[in-house]
Formats: sequence, structure tokens, C-alpha cells
Amino acid sequence: MAVTATTVHGASPKAGSRTFLAKLRDGDEVARLVTFLFAMFVVLIVVFLVFELWRQSALPRHKFGLAFIVSSVWDPVFDRFGALPFIYGTLVTSALALFLAVPLGIGSAIFLAELAPPRVSDTLQFLIELLAAVPSVIYGMLGIFILVPLMRQYIAPALKATLGFLPLFQGPAYGVGLLTAGIVLATMIVPYIISVSREILLSVPRDQREAALALGATRWESTWKVVVPYARAGILGSVFLALARALGETMAVTMVIGSTPVISSSLLSPGDSIASVIASQFTEATGDLYLQSLVELGLVLFLLTFILNGFARLLIVLTSQRGSGLENA
Amino acid sequence: MSTRVRWRKVVSHLMLALTGVCALISVSVLFFILGYLAFHGGSAIHWEFFTKLPAPVGEIGGGMANAIVGSAKLLALASLIGVPIGFFGGVYLAEFSGSRTAFVVRYSADLLNGVPSIVIGIFAYTILVLPFRHYSTLAGSFALALLMIPTTLRSTEEFLRSVPRSLREGAMALGASRWKTIISVVAPAAYRGILTAILLALARVAGETAPLLFTALGNRFWSPGWNQPTASLPVMIYQYALAPYEDWHEQAWAAGLVLLGLILVVNVVARGVLARGVAVPRS
Amino acid sequence: MKRIGMFLALVVLGGGVLGAADNPVLINGAGATFPYPIYSKWFDEYHKKFAHAQINYQSVGSGAGIRQITEGTVDFGASDGPMSDEQIKAYLDKHNSPILHFPTVLGAVVPTYNIGGVKASLNFTPEALAGIFLGKVTKWNDPLIGSANPGISLPSEDIVVIHRSDGSGTTYIWTDYLSKVSEEWRTRVGKGTSVNWPAGLGGKGNEGVAALVKQTPGAVGYVELIYAASNNISYGAVKNAAGVFVKADLASVSEAAAGAAKDMPDDFRVSVTNAPGKRAYPISSFTWMLIPAKFDDAAKRDAIKGFMKWALTDGQSYAEALSYAKLPKSVVDKELKALAKVQ
Repeated sequence: MAVTATTVHGASPKAGSRTFLAKLRDGDEVARLVTFLFAMFVVLIVVFLVFELWRQSALPRHKFGLAFIVSSVWDPVFDRFGALPFIYGTLVTSALALFLAVPLGIGSAIFLAELAPPRVSDTLQFLIELLAAVPSVIYGMLGIFILVPLMRQYIAPALKATLGFLPLFQGPAYGVGLLTAGIVLATMIVPYIISVSREILLSVPRDQREAALALGATRWESTWKVVVPYARAGILGSVFLALARALGETMAVTMVIGSTPVISSSLLSPGDSIASVIASQFTEATGDLYLQSLVELGLVLFLLTFILNGFARLLIVLTSQRGSGLENA
Repeated sequence: MSTRVRWRKVVSHLMLALTGVCALISVSVLFFILGYLAFHGGSAIHWEFFTKLPAPVGEIGGGMANAIVGSAKLLALASLIGVPIGFFGGVYLAEFSGSRTAFVVRYSADLLNGVPSIVIGIFAYTILVLPFRHYSTLAGSFALALLMIPTTLRSTEEFLRSVPRSLREGAMALGASRWKTIISVVAPAAYRGILTAILLALARVAGETAPLLFTALGNRFWSPGWNQPTASLPVMIYQYALAPYEDWHEQAWAAGLVLLGLILVVNVVARGVLARGVAVPRS
Repeated sequence: MKRIGMFLALVVLGGGVLGAADNPVLINGAGATFPYPIYSKWFDEYHKKFAHAQINYQSVGSGAGIRQITEGTVDFGASDGPMSDEQIKAYLDKHNSPILHFPTVLGAVVPTYNIGGVKASLNFTPEALAGIFLGKVTKWNDPLIGSANPGISLPSEDIVVIHRSDGSGTTYIWTDYLSKVSEEWRTRVGKGTSVNWPAGLGGKGNEGVAALVKQTPGAVGYVELIYAASNNISYGAVKNAAGVFVKADLASVSEAAAGAAKDMPDDFRVSVTNAPGKRAYPISSFTWMLIPAKFDDAAKRDAIKGFMKWALTDGQSYAEALSYAKLPKSVVDKELKALAKVQ
């Protein structure tokens, strides 16, 4: 909304209108232009990026066409490339990561924002942000040395014993696999959800809470039914951020996913993800078709992000109440 | 007290306790990681680690001085590029834009966020390494900046928006122009959230390895200026962790600790500097 | 905000000054990970002798090494597999002068395994290895394995194949060998830095494969000799072309090279897997440095030529301590002569 303020010191006696010079002097137009340029830079970079991805994947696009997306074969020696197993792996591990991280993250954020004493909350926030700085490689190493044996020896057998009737938990348990990758990803994205959600929750005006409590709500009801919905847009924003990170994570996933391009209904099975295969094979890729197929995978991931984002936005629009400000999320 | 009310109270306590459990789990993970790094890398942290160049294989000792400086350089330049773009872009979205441009910009930022860091690295390689035919700190910083922009932009917008309208209207009623309102009233009110987001973005790129492999490469020596390949902590960790030598593994864990320490220091300094500089309203 | 801006500007300026040394020759190279330990040792030792030469080598992978030297973003490359004819032509077209291969050391890739109750060194025939990695031999007590190991009682455990998830020269050497000894492997899978593996899980890097093998009961994987040695995992002997079961060690690797040394082509591009020779280890390979024939910068050219002379002579003495085999003397002599081609 562009509100033009009338300056008190303006020289113009005309009521309502302002000269261009006056606007310029105020700095509003300059500010608008400058910030516009910065914002456009972001758009331009994205356009440029997509353009490059498109240009550098010409060979496989012409050779395979849409079959690239549905083919399951990845053979660098005989030059046959298909993206389906990687798409599957990316979606499954990211979904798993969200499934684990969102409740954990939002729960922790609520605790930190509403219940913890301010100093404890600040210190813990500080420390949790540090988790975001831990390099991917270290998560991967911890995954291999700690989570993988744990998965193979304890967690997977336990899951199979209790929930083994579901196709989700069948097949041999190697320790590496989709579930392990999902757990590692969840650990990596939780800090984003907690950090941002906590700040958003803290920014909810106090009168909202107090109004609810005054009406007889319990502490939890006031939090869950009033504060959280008020902060919904921001919290969802943090979930998007986390999802994007999960989709694009490379190193840690590579080390624990088993790197086998197969599609299996079991979460205990090894798999592979787009980002992880690009990271693994890009530097060694010899041959233009091979290299460009990897670039095309990047394009596919981009498309996936595009669709998922659009889908999530649609969700917000459909479930938001008018005037709650959520349509601007 | 009716049973209904008692039940609601029980639920309230239960759910709140559950959130406490969530927080406990999250924090435990953090302390576990820190503990692991300290335990396995602690022995490799000594004065030499901060002052010496990497030692060749088989020789004990040596350090990661060049990687520490390299990471600091990379992050500083990346912030210099990425933070203004993200911040002012966010200001545009929150304060000036129409809904259609806003939609496009927001969507672009979200898309950029979803690009795997390795693809960003490859992109930075094609525009900043290939044409000039050498790897450089500059290219690395550019790639890292691209990774910082979406978080900074979306969060700036989010937190600026969260400032109540009454504050804005009050300032304008007193005769401040749009721009002045933003600078003096709205931004300071939202600074905590924005700072959190910036620091989060910084923390994230501090640990990024893949984009640096394509842009800053790596360097066993000191890297002069901005135009040569440079060592960095994440890349050293990557190389050392995947090597067959036990003392290199220790150094990798130690480097992880140092990296976290670096971010901690930045966090403390930034919050300290900003808290004093901005919270005081300007007249 | 202003404060931060000033602070950052200071850092940027300062960063330009920090890290500046006084007039060294800065040379950047990139390529194979396999020889990284010996190369980093060499470059450090050389730098100690000639302080002005700062040779920075980064192990980003053989394929990346080839690509970067072709693009000209680094001064030299390194690869575990020789460049193909197309790649050589691509370099020639782009730079108008050829790229030269110089073998530096030799290494071996060994089959490692983790079988409960079996501490002894197993013997693997080429048929057994091919069968295992093709996914056709699925249990350890399969006769194909058992027949070569009469004294050892093998359990009926499932075999879990571990291969590399990332493209690598190690994979290239392993699949090159399998392609030579198994027609089915050659037609079905082929050789390359990355292949479509019929069976198994992927681990990242030699270290990743070693870690997975160590942890997974019934696992078998392939790693560079030094990783097997330093990780303390059992590795087996392989039957060579002369019919002898040879366990990889420096002597057997050198023997593999000696056979090839006789017919060494002028461009040094030769595969020594499945080499003739009674004590030759069949899964050995040279690793090459890729050096442009023409340098624009005389200082860089002299530094690299000086380095190569040193590496091929004095440098070889560092190889064995790091589990690499030295080059045969005849190859070294030939290379020293070929160095003259670098202008």
C-alpha cells in the first residue's frame, strides 16, 4: 500500500498534490526505487539460474524428453539416464524429515517462547542456532558412526517387530537407507523451525494472549488456539525454509542413504536423492550427456520446489481466513 | 470446579510438558553433537591449530590457520553482498510493493532457497570461475551470498510485517516520511527477528561445503587477496574426515568445533553491537 | 547498521592484505583423490626445499581434474584413469597445444570384507568377484568362493555388496579389471568412474566404503590399499592372469607395472589391471599428472618441471611409507626425457 505522506515543511501551497522534487527530497521515491532494484536482483538471479540450467541440459532433454522423469535407469556407461528413483528418494526423505522435525520444532518453539524464563530461552535459542552452523559433513559422519549402527541393530529390528506388517518397514535392514536419511535431515532442519517460530511467537502482541486468558482459556488453549494461529504465517514460513533445506541437502544425505537408485515402498530400503547424486557424481562426470543429465536433475529439483511451493501456497490460501493477513505469507 | 475444567487443565499441563520434552530433545541433540566434537577433536585443539598451516600427511601437528582466516574472509564478503540484498529486498516487499510484484519476488526467493547448494556452486562456477579461468575467494563469497539472500529476505519481510500498524501510523501522523518511518521506527521494532534470521543464514552458509568446492576450491597455503583459491573450514573438514588418517580425523572434529566457536563469537558480537546501536530511537 | 557496514568494509580491506606472501609462484592443481596423500606430502616437501614454489593441490576427483585442466582454471590436473581420445582432442582444440600424461605412482584396489568368524585372508577368483558384484553370487558359502578357499569354513551369510556412491578413479580401476575378466560385466555394466551397479549399497569415498564394510556383517567392498590397511579391515588375495593368488602389497603392485613398462607407449596411457607376471597384483593402476605442453607463465612452467624432476627421483622414496608403489626405473627414465616436451 503506497501511502504518500504530506510533509509539514513542504513549500507547496497546493493541497493534496506534491511536486516530484518534494517527493525526491523526502527520499521515499529513492527508497522505493533502491529497494525495488534489490528485490528485482533476486528475481533476475533466479531467472538467470533457471536459464543456465535449461541451457546446460539441452542434450538429455532432446534425447530423452519427458521419459527422463519417469525412467528408473541411471547408467553412466551406456548413457541411459532417468530421474524417477531420485525424485522418489528426495520426496520421501524430505517428507520424513518434515514429519519428524515440524512437531518437534514447533513444540520446542512454543516451550521456548511461552514457558521458559527469558534468559533460559535466549541462551537455548543461541545454542540451537549454532546447530545450523554444523557442517553437513559432520552430520554425515555422526550419521555413519552413530545412527547407522543404531538403526541396524536396534531401531530397525524394533520397528519390524512392532510395525512389520506395514510395507513401510519390510525388507533387510542395512542401517543406511531412507529412514536414516530422513532422521539426519530432521536433525538438520529443526534449528530453522525452532529459531524462526520462536521469534514469531514472541512477536505476537501480549494482548492476544491476555484476552484469551481473560476469557477463561487455559495456558495451553490460549497458546494453541490463539497465539499459534496468529503466528501461523510466520511458522509456516519457517517450515518452508526447513523444507527447502531438506530438499537441497547433499553431503549428509549422501553418506547415509545407501546411494542405490531404487524405488521401494520400505523406509528401511536404501535409496538416493537428487541433490545427493548430483554432489556425488558431478565432479567425476565425463562426457557431455552424463554431465548435462546431472544438470537436468538440478532442473527437475527446481521444478519440484516450484510445484511444492505452489501447492503449499494454495494450501494457505484455501485455509486462511480473510483479513488475517495470511494471504500475504 | 467442574470436570470439564479440570480436564482442560490437565490437558494444558500435559501439552505444555510435552513441549518441554520437545525442547529437551532438541537441546540434547545439540549438546550431544558438541560433546562428540569436543571429545574427538578436543585433543587436536592447541595453539598450533590456530597459527600453523596444514602439515603434510604422516606428520603430526600442523593446523588450520589458513582455513580459519579463509572462512572468515568468505563469510565477511558473503554477508557484505547478501545481507543488503536480502534486507532491502525484504523492505521492498513489506513496505512498498504491490501484491503482484510481491508474489513474484517472494516466490523467487523461495525457489532460490530450494536450490541445492551444489547447484548454486555450479552456477557461481559458470559465471565467476570459468570466464576468469581461476578459482577465487570472490566466487566463493558470491555463492554463499546467494544462499543467504532468501532467508534474509523472507525473514526481513516477515518481521517488518509483524510490526503493528499502529506504530507506523503513529510515526506518519507525526509527519515522518515513509522512509524515515521504516528506518527509525519499524526496522528497530523488528530488528531482533531480522537479526536472528541474518545470523541463522550466516550460520548455515558457514558450514556449506559443496558450493565452495566449485568456487573457492581449497588451498594448503595462505591465500592472498580475493582472487586466489582459499582454504576454508568446511572444505578442510570434508577432506580430512574422508581421509584414512586418524590424526586427520581428529583435526576434522576440531575444525568443526572451531567453526562453531567462530559462529558463536559472531553471534555474540553482532547481538552486542546491534543492541547498543539501534535500540535507541533516533530523533 | 552503519557500524556493521564499517566493520565489514574494514574486514574486506583487511582480507585483501591478510594471507599475502612475498612473491611466491602460486600454482593450482586439481584432480584425483587416490594419490592425494602422496601428492600433498610431495608438494609440502618440495615447498620446504624451494620456498618460492607454492603448489596447491586439491583432490576434487579425476573427472574434475580432467575438466578443469581442459577449461584452464587450474595449472595442472591429476587423474587415476588416463584421458580418453575425445578428451585429449577436446583439450587440443581448446588450447592449440597438447596435454601430457605423466605417471607418478602406483596403487592397488583391494576387496575387503566383513564375515563373522572369518579372520583369515580369503582368495578371490575373477569369476567369484564378478559374480558377487553382478549380484549373482549371494551367499558367502557359494561354491564359487568356497572352491578357492578349501581350508576355510564359510558361513551361509548373505553377501552385502558395498560400492562407491561418488564417481571415482577407484571405481574406474575396479570396473576396468572386472571388464577385462568378465564378459558379462563388460557388456552389462562396463567400466567408468560411475556405473549402474547391479547390486549393493553406496558409500561416499574410500572412507565411506570402509566404514560401511566394517559395520555391516557379510559386507564386501573395494577400497584403495591404504584405506584397508589403516582401517584394519581384512582384505583378500586375487587370482592374477598367471593363475596365482596374490595379496596386494607394494612388491606385487610394482611387478604389475614392470610388465607394462616394457611396452610403455610414448604418451604413458596404459592400463595395468590384470597384468602379466607371476607375482603381479591384478588390480593395480598408475595415477597420472596431467601437464600442459605449453605454459604461458615461465615461472610456473619452471616450477612444475622442477617439481616433476624431483617427484620422479627423490620423491619416489616417500611413496612406500604411504602404501604407494614406486615407478619402475625404466618408466622414470622415459618420463624424465618426456619432460622436455613441456615448453
